[in-house]
Amino acid sequence: MQLSSKHLLGIRDLLSSDIQTILDTATQFKEVLQRPIKKVPTLRDVTIVNLFYESSTRTRISFELAEKRLSADTINFTASGSSVSKGETLLDTVNNILSMKVDMVVMRHSASGAPHFLAKHIPAAIVNAGDGINEHPTQALLDAFSIREKLGKLEGKKVAIIGDIMHSRVALSNIYLLKKMGAEITVAGPPTLIPTYIKEAFDIRVEYNLRRALEWCDVANVLRIQLERQNQVLFSSLREYSLAYGVNKKILDSLSKEIVIMHPGPINRGVELDSDAADSKQSIILQQVENGVAVRMAVLYLLAGGKSEQN
Amino acid sequence: MKTILTEQQLGITIQRLAHQLLENHVNLENTVLIGMQPRGIYFSNRIVKEIGKLLTPDKIFYGKLDITFYRDDIRKGLHTANQTDIPFSIENKNVILIDDVLYTGRTIRAALDALIDFGRPAKVELCILIDRRFSRQLPIQPDYTGKSIDSIITQKVKVLWKENDGDEEVILL
Repeated sequence: MQLSSKHLLGIRDLLSSDIQTILDTATQFKEVLQRPIKKVPTLRDVTIVNLFYESSTRTRISFELAEKRLSADTINFTASGSSVSKGETLLDTVNNILSMKVDMVVMRHSASGAPHFLAKHIPAAIVNAGDGINEHPTQALLDAFSIREKLGKLEGKKVAIIGDIMHSRVALSNIYLLKKMGAEITVAGPPTLIPTYIKEAFDIRVEYNLRRALEWCDVANVLRIQLERQNQVLFSSLREYSLAYGVNKKILDSLSKEIVIMHPGPINRGVELDSDAADSKQSIILQQVENGVAVRMAVLYLLAGGKSEQN
Repeated sequence: MKTILTEQQLGITIQRLAHQLLENHVNLENTVLIGMQPRGIYFSNRIVKEIGKLLTPDKIFYGKLDITFYRDDIRKGLHTANQTDIPFSIENKNVILIDDVLYTGRTIRAALDALIDFGRPAKVELCILIDRRFSRQLPIQPDYTGKSIDSIITQKVKVLWKENDGDEEVILL
């Protein structure tokens, strides 16, 4: 029942049985969220700090809601307006917070590996809520949960991940997870946004043509262009990108089957995904957000429990 | 190992409990049945089957409750959560909680907490197959009892069901 790891730093470190446990537990939490009183006393007396060194809407609200639905006590920390601007280091900040008896840390940071660094130095359980261009494990878990809910299972399903693969932590976590759960993966996008050795590294398919990728897949997970992480010109303009790789209703209607559209948000409407596709009945984007709370409740529950036995 | 109830006795006990429930709640008027996950469900399924011989299905409101998220020992260890399925309102209803073995009373304590989150029942009653009396850690007692037994803490009561365990009997280990 317990996860094999004390932290959730990335999907990379999880066993497929861990993923199964998280998804199954999330199913039960989803039922909790349908009740008249959408709250359980499970994590009474557990204190969680949400450390956000990088901006976030969905993930942050989702984690905070998950914590509140589990009756945990929460503290929110954002880098702007804190002593970080006075020059305090990450480790000092966290140690100061932990000295106030905090049990878990949910952390987002623009530097890849920041939560891994923290995990080596502090005793509290850490949940990675996105680190640089490395991983975003809870997003991959909620994506998997949503696919499983929509299509019944993950094994054997064909998932196309489309867009800025190079700078996307969502893409990397999804690849790790889908591989572990036996799904087939194609990454698609312009060659400049796909890492050179990704095909060999993960034994997945690479496709430079959007239509061929869409024809192949059951599910298309469309990603945002991460302009904030690109420090060089990788394609000529957003308009050109949209013409070659933008997913719209027209191209979806011209396919031989109906595929499922996913997006981790925030959407740049009219760039990677058009409104008519994002808001169509093929899209499960809002279900993904809804499922995010249940999945994060499962992760927090599984990491918080059984602590005194370990110590 | 000692047999507490044989298959035949178990069947008769379940029949009696089903009749007792109907005796106190004629036609299950304003009354709902809730079985406790995971092992109590086998017992509650049987009770519901017995009642089904006497009442039409539209009179029987039957749900399942899992108390994993309400346990008071999460720091000691995790338990696998099971499905909760209560597809009706329990507001102002008589709720009959059904479980196979009553021991320390902690599961029922958690169940009462969980129930309140679904609404405010008029009354909650407890129907138990095996009551291990004198081992309670909380002031909780059953309203309907299949059989009361005296046991010491090192002993274990096992309720076996055909559909899950092959055999059907209650034993003391």
